[in-house]
Amino acid sequence: MKLPFSRRSAFILAGIALASGFVWVLARSGPLAPVRVTVTEVVRADLAPVLFGIGVVEARRSYLVGPTVAGRVRRVAVDVGDAVRVGQLLAEMDPVDLDQRLAATVAAAARAKNAVDTAAAQLADSIARRDVAAANLRRYDDLGGKGFVSSSVIDGKAQELKSAEAQTAGADAALAGARQDLARLNAERDGAQQQRANLRLLAPADGLVTARDAEPGSTVVAGQAVLRLVAGDSLWVKLRLDQHRSAGLQVGLPAEIVLRSRPGQVLAGKVARIEMLSDSVTEERIAQVSFDAPPAEVSVGEMSEITLRLPPVKQALVVPNAALRLRGGKTGVWVEAADRLNFVAVRAGISGADGRVEILEGLKEAEAVIVHSERDLAADSRIKVVPALAGS
Amino acid sequence: MISLAGRDILHSWGKFVLTGMGLGLLIGVTLTMAGVYRGMVDDARVLLDNSGADIWVVQKDTQGPYAEASSIRDDVYRGVLGLPAVVQAASVTYLTMQVRHGATDERSMVVGFEPGQPGEPAYLVAGRRLLRGHFEAIADVKTGFRLGERIRIRRHDYEVVGLTRRMVSSGGDPMVFIPLKDAQEAQFLKDNDAIIGDRARTVANPALNRPGVPGLVDAVNAAQTINHSVNAVLVRVADGTPAEQVAQDIRRWKHLQAFTREQMEEILIAKLIATSAKQIGMFLVILTIVSAAIVAFIIYTMTLGKIREIAVLKLIGTRNRSIAGMILQQALGLGLIGFVVGKISATIWAPAFPKYVLLEPADAVRGFVIVMVVCALASTLAIRAALKVDPAAAIGG
Repeated sequence: MKLPFSRRSAFILAGIALASGFVWVLARSGPLAPVRVTVTEVVRADLAPVLFGIGVVEARRSYLVGPTVAGRVRRVAVDVGDAVRVGQLLAEMDPVDLDQRLAATVAAAARAKNAVDTAAAQLADSIARRDVAAANLRRYDDLGGKGFVSSSVIDGKAQELKSAEAQTAGADAALAGARQDLARLNAERDGAQQQRANLRLLAPADGLVTARDAEPGSTVVAGQAVLRLVAGDSLWVKLRLDQHRSAGLQVGLPAEIVLRSRPGQVLAGKVARIEMLSDSVTEERIAQVSFDAPPAEVSVGEMSEITLRLPPVKQALVVPNAALRLRGGKTGVWVEAADRLNFVAVRAGISGADGRVEILEGLKEAEAVIVHSERDLAADSRIKVVPALAGS
Repeated sequence: MISLAGRDILHSWGKFVLTGMGLGLLIGVTLTMAGVYRGMVDDARVLLDNSGADIWVVQKDTQGPYAEASSIRDDVYRGVLGLPAVVQAASVTYLTMQVRHGATDERSMVVGFEPGQPGEPAYLVAGRRLLRGHFEAIADVKTGFRLGERIRIRRHDYEVVGLTRRMVSSGGDPMVFIPLKDAQEAQFLKDNDAIIGDRARTVANPALNRPGVPGLVDAVNAAQTINHSVNAVLVRVADGTPAEQVAQDIRRWKHLQAFTREQMEEILIAKLIATSAKQIGMFLVILTIVSAAIVAFIIYTMTLGKIREIAVLKLIGTRNRSIAGMILQQALGLGLIGFVVGKISATIWAPAFPKYVLLEPADAVRGFVIVMVVCALASTLAIRAALKVDPAAAIGG
């Protein structure tokens, strides 16, 4: 029984197809399959490092306006959002009995003034009496010299003069006392007026009202805010930077500020101040970034993203940071050499904004390093270099 | 000596190959099922491998962070770093959630990690590592995210800057890696309505909002919104020091739970995925038995279909050994074709599965041996039937 040739060859073809399929499967999966990787060369290039952090818009100068003594709010003259000028009346506290006490001190001062006049008149009267007594004494002295009057009469006149002089001194002192009384009462009146004026809460500077914390009728304690103001031209951003990504932070660095309310718009600014104190709990450094041109209608407390551009590093040896691997506690890269892979420990420097990182030690220019890989690599991994892996 | 089996197969090779293919698809399903089981176990293993840790430090009396919820303070790592033989220690957070991506959302495990520390993805398939301390993400390719896309986690948008592969949770959800601080916020920050509600409750509480103490209620509110918690601290131990020794130190002196790699694997594989793994395993056993039965029946019916030809062979004086050899060779040939087709088909459709299917070469070898043994056993049934045939049947009716 001879089979037709075509049937035999078809069977063989089917066998070959199956066998080749099986080989393909073995080569594609399992331990024999190569790991697909991408490779790049170590090159020299300029690196532009950046620092990135988030911040909150704050006012450099903000004011809490409130009474210095406890009291009840009588009137609040401004509302949130109002622009106020320095010295403008913002609110007034209830004076309770302060007006009456002020009237009492005014009246007392007026009365003291009258008392001064009375004392002055009494002084003038006693001076007149003393002058008359002095003239009388002189006359009786002459008559006594000529023997017309007894010496006892002269002594009487001398005593009258002394009395008159003592009365003058007394009237003089009474006048001075009355004047001092007047000064005291005037001072008391002025003090009462000052206290009265202190119940009027005035704007300490030009600014915007950001909060109205107490309404008329509510009682506040000393130091509690009735109104809060910020100086609208003093807005800046309080920036928080992760400590391990804050090297190179300096005053004057140019900053790109993106406010959460307008994500597409980049505002220019610069680092205005760096705080000496880091936040030890969140492990962040704090710096203030000022706007070059303060934007209109920005809100205090708004979140913003800030990118600081550091001076570029010229002609550094660079590799993509995806090439850095951690192996056995060491940072390094896989270098493609002949038909095997070498793990070379490297010392990495700064990172650029484009994701490349400076290599300080361990690599030479034009060495081929593995960037992306499908799996974790080992020294004996078989690799297949492809231009790009999935997803790009 | 001519090959009786080869002759017979060539005589009706189409039927033979098609039968083998059908058998192969069945074997393919069985191999895939084994792959699904291996994939589940492997998902658990890669989760541990990818974190790159020797010790997991979690809340006392919990088996976190994967099997149970665990919450510890984020400054714990400093104390752990001070222990002898600890090389690296870093906080991590894990949160399984829906990550919004355009109009849809992807189920993912969001991992918060510190760059350059344990917990970072070991390798990338595209893009770069994180550069900024906030709002950048590395995603597993299984999420379907692409480089440069913006995804939303809670209230912030993140840019996908890198892609990685085989970074999954023990449940097979692809991972999205974001900076630790952002992840802490995503995990513990409540939604705005809840925050406003809480503030109102604080204000309404007379103990916390006393008229004579201005600022108290603000301070209480501020204290309520701060949260410095993480799920675990990953520790890398110096070479040459047994991890268990360091773990004991942590348990004893830091009053935290610490698991070594072996203990963590035990928790994940023996506890976390135990039930679903058993479920798959049970199914695999039944599928293997059913496949074996079907192979046996196919070979048996194939032989019965040729019963007249076998009677003729007997009539012309063919030895029993030759007939038995023919049936055995055919059965083994069928098994071989079935296995090859099954292996190819399983490899082709495995990547299409939503969860990882791991086809291990050892499983393939084991499967091959089982197929061959089953075929040989099944052929004995057919051989017995063939040998009992009366040669007279060839000429009888």
